[in-house]
Amino acid sequence: MKLDFVIDGNNFDMAGEASSSVKRSLAKLGVSPPVVKRAAIAMYEAEINAFIHGGGGEAHVEIESDRVEMVIRDFGKGIADLSLAMQEGWSTASEQVRKMGFGAGMGLPNIKKNTDELDITTAPGEGTEVKMVIYIK
Amino acid sequence: MKVKEMVKNLDMEALTDAGMENEVTGVYACDLLSRVMSGCQEGDAWITVQTHLNVIAVAELDDAACIIVPEGIAAPADTLEKAEETGIAVVSSQLGTYELCWRLHELLS
Repeated sequence: MKLDFVIDGNNFDMAGEASSSVKRSLAKLGVSPPVVKRAAIAMYEAEINAFIHGGGGEAHVEIESDRVEMVIRDFGKGIADLSLAMQEGWSTASEQVRKMGFGAGMGLPNIKKNTDELDITTAPGEGTEVKMVIYIK
Repeated sequence: MKVKEMVKNLDMEALTDAGMENEVTGVYACDLLSRVMSGCQEGDAWITVQTHLNVIAVAELDDAACIIVPEGIAAPADTLEKAEETGIAVVSSQLGTYELCWRLHELLS
């Protein structure tokens, strides 16, 4: 199953919609609840990152019998220091966004914890692509 | 315990019609959404002072039984509309988070 989403950087309403849709699809396919939860967490964090830091982007999700692959791409300013960004608690989120409960510096660490494969391609000024794979056992 | 029973027992106000039959099996209190995403479990009543639209997505992803807004904080109309659409119960309480946790613990045990 292939799913494609646009992450609209101007539409706060829709932030989290792609994650909800992926979660529902996995649950409908009978994937075990712990795996669905891991996919939902990883996808949500990546989607919110693309929304908050990347100004929006797109997501492509492929669900196969043994794995789910989620690729989220944004066209924002990229991550200057990826190893710093992977550290829990480190965030560049604005004060306004933090007041809304985002920007805890847990996004990328949460993704790392909940995925079996993680590949991040980023460069300053060139946006960020986060490729996540979760095995369905 | 169903959400509607919790509302009655603790003198809360239901802000949605949706989700009143959901079963509450636990409680989770936190306002940092990333932490909620990983910590809130299915069936939890989630207590948060955040009332913007995105909390509905988080509650849905976590299969939370309901969202409890403490301290009589108002929830905006667009959040409640989205909650109805998604089937998420949102309820309001005049109590603070500590007292809510304590009373819910008594009710659930």
